[in-house]
Amino acid sequence: MKDKFKIIIDGKELPARHGQTILEIANNNGIYIPTLCNFEGLKPQASCRICSVKVNGRPMTACTTTVSPGMEIENDTPEMNELRKIIVETMFVTGNHFCPSCEKSGNCELQALAYRFKMDVPRFPYSFSKRDIDASNPKIMIDHNRCIKCKRCARGIKTDDGKDLFAFKNRGEKIEISIDNELAKNISDEKAQEAMDICPVGAIIKKERGFIDPIGTRKYDNKPIGSKVKEVQ
Amino acid sequence: MREVINNIISLYKSDKTRLMDMLLDIQEKFNYIPDNAIDTLVEKLDLPKVHILETISFYHFLTLKNTGKYTIYLNDSVSAYMSGRKEVAETFEKEIGIKFNSVTNDGLIGLFDTSCIGMSDQEPAALINNKVFTNLTIAKVKEIVKNIKDGKDINSLMKANLGNGKNSSKLIQSMVNNNIRVIKSILSDEYIPGSALMKIIEQERDEVINEIENSELRGHGGAGFPTDLKWKFTAKTPEGKRYIFCNADEGEPGTFKDRVILTERPELMFEGMATCGYAINSDEGVLYLRHEYKYLKKYLENVLNKMRKRNLLGKDILGQKGFNFDIRIQLGGGAYVCGEETALLESTKGNRGEPRYKPPFPAVKGYLDKPTVINNVETLCSVVKILNKGNYWFKKMGTEESRGTKLLSISGDCEKPGVYEIKWGITINEMLHMAGAEDVQAVQVSGPSGNCISPSQFNNQIRYSDLGTGGSMVIIGKHRDLLKDVVMNYTNFFIGESCGSCVPCRNLIVIYRNTLQKVIDGKGVQADLDNMLEWEKVMKMNRCGLGQTSSNPIVTTLKNFPELYENKIIEDSDLIPTFDISKAIQEYCDATGRKPIIEE
Repeated sequence: MKDKFKIIIDGKELPARHGQTILEIANNNGIYIPTLCNFEGLKPQASCRICSVKVNGRPMTACTTTVSPGMEIENDTPEMNELRKIIVETMFVTGNHFCPSCEKSGNCELQALAYRFKMDVPRFPYSFSKRDIDASNPKIMIDHNRCIKCKRCARGIKTDDGKDLFAFKNRGEKIEISIDNELAKNISDEKAQEAMDICPVGAIIKKERGFIDPIGTRKYDNKPIGSKVKEVQ
Repeated sequence: MREVINNIISLYKSDKTRLMDMLLDIQEKFNYIPDNAIDTLVEKLDLPKVHILETISFYHFLTLKNTGKYTIYLNDSVSAYMSGRKEVAETFEKEIGIKFNSVTNDGLIGLFDTSCIGMSDQEPAALINNKVFTNLTIAKVKEIVKNIKDGKDINSLMKANLGNGKNSSKLIQSMVNNNIRVIKSILSDEYIPGSALMKIIEQERDEVINEIENSELRGHGGAGFPTDLKWKFTAKTPEGKRYIFCNADEGEPGTFKDRVILTERPELMFEGMATCGYAINSDEGVLYLRHEYKYLKKYLENVLNKMRKRNLLGKDILGQKGFNFDIRIQLGGGAYVCGEETALLESTKGNRGEPRYKPPFPAVKGYLDKPTVINNVETLCSVVKILNKGNYWFKKMGTEESRGTKLLSISGDCEKPGVYEIKWGITINEMLHMAGAEDVQAVQVSGPSGNCISPSQFNNQIRYSDLGTGGSMVIIGKHRDLLKDVVMNYTNFFIGESCGSCVPCRNLIVIYRNTLQKVIDGKGVQADLDNMLEWEKVMKMNRCGLGQTSSNPIVTTLKNFPELYENKIIEDSDLIPTFDISKAIQEYCDATGRKPIIEE
């Protein structure tokens, strides 16, 4: 096949085809590239920048960059991991993330990334920003303290006829996620659960339910985030 | 009200991709966007309410609260402060009796800050009900507020002070002065509208693109991408609808050269769009006009009408069968990031102005997913000049990699601020001499997203391979506090204008600002300076040019003026220097009425 070629990730030669993203190829070959705003089945939006890799020396996001012949990619390098760690730390100090009291603790991707990058304490001062909790919807609660604005909810959770239930409000540091309570007032329990599951952190919580999984059986209790990818091979 | 909203919606044929126009019209009508107007839009356009709120809340000039019968937006850019903005702002507050970003109780006057409005050569300046008031002084502000309180018409306040050139024409009537200082090519009056079109209709489409290729013209917006390549990529796409956008969203603080072209040479720009239309076989153009230049909209629409009457636009242009091209004006909503081409397209579709990731490039998938060329105002003007005078004439000017001329917007501490059309390749020293600038501490080249350079770099040349620029040049005198007056202002500008999507641009730039403040307060340590240089790598991971350059005011001054930072830092110690124990326990002391004993 003409459209088959090789690319290199961290010195390893890997088979590639036109149209595939760097992330797909890495995942297929048991190479872990950390992601956060990305979610399987959703169009990538490359806003968290955690999956940034160096492609022939230039930073690019693995979730959106399609491969081409001659690509040499740096992924699991001290430099890239340090830059990713900085991004994770900025999220911890910008929001208010109190893991011990959070329903998502142990199942939270942000927390899991912090563990994976061995973050003891963020290097930046906390901003202690004042954020609200929106419990106006009968089924779900939005805790803006925890939201990292990945827009996974907005991209993935729609009404049955495909309308947006979530969207952004404002811009820059004031940006926040908001819910359309008119459209969302009658959402089903399944949809509410879906919204909670698609949220990488504890910003969307299904009401009347919490701390269901005992400690020890939670998603990241035994193995760090990314372990699944490495089991592929 | 419902009827008014319905009329606005039907004016745009209930087309949801024209949401921006509908919202802007509603804002103009009511001075805000009422909740029931949004409900009507939801119903008629079948859009979720969150989507409409997402768009409204993104743009500076779209509001959910009434901004007052008289809405005053006072520019808060660096050039404004250099020209006495502080006193002018205080006078506004005192005379109106309110603080900034609020409205009087009777709803008569609203007073707001706003980012650069493109008047850096005549600051302090304000937009009052979208009309521009320039060179404000304490006395002028007093008079304006008095007249507003007397209920006078806003236009009548400017009558005695109309600007030069077309600014005083019936359809503009603004106080703006052109301040054209040096004319080379684009601003010269040796131009007959239609002359380039007349020539190209005798040529094949490829010939037109080849002429542009041979001229080696590069985009004047700042990035310097070869213009012919953009055109070629679009022309190569499968037959079908294609769009041409002219980017007149010059929001870089300190730039105002497009304002002068839009005022004095709009035919040149529109003809450039039509030329591109011919070259890439497109029949529709959009001029994306920044909201701050709304005062030019009626005038520009009239220019378009005149061009239609002369068959320079419309059907079978100049009798050439099948050469159809027309232009509409899309007004922006007040967002610097919309100058980024993909954000501009999103905005035109009625979305929040969030830059898209590339590829796909607009040339392949642009406005409404159709192939789209986006060119800067000045670039399109150069196109017409090249076709008129030939690529050899153009190539003779400038340097090897930077052909032709460049319009500079020069402002700040100099005798003659204004627009200078230069040949690429002059040095900063030559530029400073032209502008009558002495005792210069620094020059902000290409605006805050560019490079703040020190006198040791003043022999460098203005050209892509040295000091590339979109044209903004702010001169900063020796008497200024560079960190406090300039770098902090620019950093706050970027924080306010970030779309908020990418994490580093949303979060890290705020941490940058706080660290800079710490240094300015005399509490910074060496590690703070090292960190700020190191974090630049994270900023470079942002999606768009805004995010990638928003730390430039800090990083370039750290590199070019290290002593300014080093003189302010203190020895590192085990204690956190920013921690103030008295402040931390103040609330406790107030509540208990007791005072602490703190040992020094």
